[in-house]
Amino acid sequence: MAEDLTKAARKTLPTDRVAREQTSGNFIKAISAVVWKDLQAEFRSRELFLAMLVFSLLIILIFNFALELDIKTRQSVTAGVLWATFAFAGTLGLNRSMAIEKDRGCIDGLLLAPVDRSAIFFGKFISNLVFMLLVEIIVLPVYSVLYNINLFQLGLVLVILLGSIGYTSVGTLISAMSVQTRTRDILLPILLFPVAFAVILSAVKASGGLLDGLTFQEVLFPISLLITYDVIFIAVAFMTFESIVEE
Amino acid sequence: MQPRPVSLKILDIFSVVMLGVAAYFALVKAPTELVMGAVQRVFYFHIGTAWTALLGFLFASVLSVLYLVTKDLKWDRYQVAAIEVSLVFFLITIALGSIWARPAWNTWWTWDPRLTTAAVTELVYIAYFMLRQGLDDPDRRARFGAVYALLGGISAPITFFAIRLYRTIHPVVIAGSNPEAQGGFSMTPSMLTAMFVALFAFTVIFIDLYWNRIRLGNLQDQVEQLKLKVTM
Repeated sequence: MAEDLTKAARKTLPTDRVAREQTSGNFIKAISAVVWKDLQAEFRSRELFLAMLVFSLLIILIFNFALELDIKTRQSVTAGVLWATFAFAGTLGLNRSMAIEKDRGCIDGLLLAPVDRSAIFFGKFISNLVFMLLVEIIVLPVYSVLYNINLFQLGLVLVILLGSIGYTSVGTLISAMSVQTRTRDILLPILLFPVAFAVILSAVKASGGLLDGLTFQEVLFPISLLITYDVIFIAVAFMTFESIVEE
Repeated sequence: MQPRPVSLKILDIFSVVMLGVAAYFALVKAPTELVMGAVQRVFYFHIGTAWTALLGFLFASVLSVLYLVTKDLKWDRYQVAAIEVSLVFFLITIALGSIWARPAWNTWWTWDPRLTTAAVTELVYIAYFMLRQGLDDPDRRARFGAVYALLGGISAPITFFAIRLYRTIHPVVIAGSNPEAQGGFSMTPSMLTAMFVALFAFTVIFIDLYWNRIRLGNLQDQVEQLKLKVTM
C-alpha cells in the first residue's frame, strides 16, 4: 500500500511540476498576447495615442496662458502642470481602451479564453501603461524645449514611471467598472481621481523636489510612498478584477 | 409589510432622548471655553459624528470583503446602509468643523491634512453612489460597489500620509496643519463628560439610523422582487 503511494507520488510529482510551469508560462503568454493585440490595433488605427498626445499638448497650452508660465512661476508649478496633464490624458486613454473592448464585443472573446482572468487585467494594465509612457516620452521633450527646463534626469524618469504605474493600475481596474455603467463617459474621472489622489500628490511632490535641485535622498519619502501605493493597488486590482468582469 | 420591530422602536425613542441629553450637556452643562467662547461647543457634536462616520466607513470596507467572498447580497445591503449613514454624518462633521474654524482659524477652510483627507474621503463615497446609480443589475451593482468601497477604504490612509508629507516640507503651513497648534484647548472634567456623552449619543443614533436603513433596504429588495414577479 505504502509502496503504491510512493510510486503514485513519484509518478504525479514531475507532471505536477510540468503543469505548474506550463500554467505560469501560459500566464505570461496570455498577458503578452493581450498587450500585443492592443499595441497592434493601436499601431493600425493610431486613434488613442494621437488623441492623448494632442490633448496633452492642448492642456499645456491652456496652462501656459491660465498660469502665465513665466520664468518664476515655471520653477514652482512645472511638476504640477506635468502631472495634471498626464492625469487628464491618462483618463482619456483608459476610457477609450476599455470602451473599445466593450463596444466591439472584444471583452467577451477575451473572457472566453481559457486563461486566468488576472492575465487579462495585467495585459490591459501593461498596454495602458505603454500608451501613457509613450505620451510622456513625447510631452517631456516638448515641454523641455518650450520652457527651457531640463526634464531629463534619471530620478525624474523613475518618479514618472512609478507614478504612471500606480495611476494606470488603479485606472485600469476602475475603467473596467465604469465602461459597464450607463454614464460611462463621465464616470471614470469622478471614480478615479479621489482614489488616485495620493499617487498624484506624491508624484508631484517628488518631481517638484527633484526639479528644485533636491537630491534623491531628500525625496526618498514620497518615492517610497509611490512604491507602497503601486504595490498595494496592483495587489488589490489583481485580487478583485475577477469579480468585475465576471458575468 | 412587517411592522417595525419593538426593539427598533425603543431604540428610535432612545436615540432621540440621547440627542437631547447630548445637546443639553454640550450647550448647557459644559463650561464655556475661555478663549474661543461659545463656538467651542460645536466640538462635542463634531467629535461625535466624526467618530461614528469613520468607524462606519471602516466597517463598510470589511463588508466589501465579506461580500466579495460570500457573494451574499445581504452584505451589500449592509454596506450601502453603512456608507449612506456615514456619508451624512461625515458631512455634518465637515460643516461643524467649518463653523468652528471660522472664528478659531479665521477661515472656513484650509488645506490641512485632516481637512483634505476628509474632503477626498467624502468625494470617494459620493462617487460610490454615482457608480451604483449607473448600474441596473443588482449583482453587478453589489460587486462593483464592494470593489470600489474597498479601493476607497484603502486609499484614504495613504492619502492622509501623502498630504502630511506635502505639508511637512512646506513649513509655512505647519502652524495651521495641527489642530492642537491653533485653537487647541485642554479639557476640564465636565467638558470630558460632555464629549463622552456626545460620543455615546451619536453611536446610538448611528446604530438606530443604520438599523432603519437596513430595514428599508430589505423592503426595497422585496418590492423589486414583487415587481419582477408581476411582470413575469
